[in-house]
Amino acid sequence: MQIKVRKPLIVAFCCNWCSYAGADLAGSNRLNYPADVKIIRVPCSCRVNPTFVLRAFQRGADGVIICGCHPGDCHYTSGNYYTRRRMTLLFSMLDYLGIERERTRVEWVSAAEGAKFAATMNEFAEQVAALGENRRLEDLRCKK
Amino acid sequence: MQKVTRDILIDRAAELLASGMVNRVLGWRSGEFFYDVVPAVFRSEADMRDGFVFDDFCGCNFSKYLVKESARSDGRILVFLKPCDTYSYNQLLTEHRFDAEKTYVIGVPCDGMLDIGRIKERVGEGVIGIEAEGDELIVKTLYDGDKRMKREDALPDRCRHCKGKKHVAFDELIGEECEENDENASGRFEGVAELEAMTSEQRYFFWQNELSRCIRCNACRDVCPACTCEKCVFDNPKSGVENKAASDSFEEKLFHIIRAFHVAGRCTDCGECSRVCPQHIPLHLLNRKFISDINGLYGEYQAGETVGSRSPMVDYSRADLDPSEAIGKREE
Ligand code: SF4
Ligand code: SF4
Ligand code: FES
Repeated sequence: MQIKVRKPLIVAFCCNWCSYAGADLAGSNRLNYPADVKIIRVPCSCRVNPTFVLRAFQRGADGVIICGCHPGDCHYTSGNYYTRRRMTLLFSMLDYLGIERERTRVEWVSAAEGAKFAATMNEFAEQVAALGENRRLEDLRCKK
Repeated sequence: MQKVTRDILIDRAAELLASGMVNRVLGWRSGEFFYDVVPAVFRSEADMRDGFVFDDFCGCNFSKYLVKESARSDGRILVFLKPCDTYSYNQLLTEHRFDAEKTYVIGVPCDGMLDIGRIKERVGEGVIGIEAEGDELIVKTLYDGDKRMKREDALPDRCRHCKGKKHVAFDELIGEECEENDENASGRFEGVAELEAMTSEQRYFFWQNELSRCIRCNACRDVCPACTCEKCVFDNPKSGVENKAASDSFEEKLFHIIRAFHVAGRCTDCGECSRVCPQHIPLHLLNRKFISDINGLYGEYQAGETVGSRSPMVDYSRADLDPSEAIGKREE
């Protein structure tokens, strides 16, 4: 009998100008990171509306990570500063509602940090895998 | 009991109506039961004498009604605001939701309102009258005669932890203006702290229990003075969240997180959402969580204290902490 090991599904929102290019660099440098990290490209990290994060969980994500330019380096000058405040409040609220805090993260990754991108994803995937499937913020109607 | 009586308010409104200063009055009208006070627009003194009330059940905050009401006619509309209501009034002005020149605010003092839900919890159904005696209430009931309870136990949460009884906006004041009461307001975050002290699992079950009772009547959204968008995502049939799906705990959480998040930094903690919830869901615990996080991380901020102040959510500082550090710091 074969036992199916469930791998965690991770949604990574990556800003076009830094982190997405960082992911690209990780790829062209042949660095490994889990295939279950699904990247969604956004124009800037502050494009990520709190609903996007919740929707990702609804549609089956076990962890959500938002990657943007380092503070001070945002292509639009200040987008990531707003991201920082917003996501702090959102993640804190999720924690308050009893949803495991380790399922969410914000990380700053520049276009030159391919290695950091791969390392972050590996580490985050491991952390989420340890928590198991997302049960507390799941939508049964979206489960196959 | 309120120290200011209905007659004092009607007399002053009648003068202003007669002088042409205002052409209508936004006030409280008694509803089907004496405790079902509803907001209403009065056009004449006679109309006010007939139906206007001012008593312990006038919790309703009129600020939001001004958005639509003040646009209906050219004249000024008189509005009675309690101290806590004036914060919402300022917040709406900050957001340019109506023109202050079209309103005339009479600040009325407030001795704390009563929550009929809390009273019924103690005495049961069939409440036909309430009298005050010192710190106690004598509740007359249809089935069990008179019952006594402490007034304090009948106060809604927002009055128990009143932000302060000083009006922050008014054209004139009636009655005596009280000083701010910080001591009282400091209890505001007790409920939040209690929850924060629980384990993640306990919190999860607490909220599961609370939020699963939500019937998605949208009353909390409709009443909120910070929530005045003309189109709402929760009314969009394509959003997948416009309705209640009884079996789905995700949708409940999404609605509540987004409702509270949407007003984060603009919520004045007026307590209207918890007041109107027919399911008695402690919505203030969500709003106050955001307020306490904002205060703790980005500096004390009270929405609506002054007109034009900038909410911390549309602001930033280079020194802000990353989410993981910030949440860790809060815990210490
Ligand atoms: S969220 Fe509730 S407490 Fe805050 S402004 Fe709206 S109705 Fe008032
Ligand atoms: S008022 Fe109460 S029951 Fe109605 S939608 Fe809001 S939380 Fe749900
Ligand atoms: S452009 Fe990268 S965070 Fe704004």
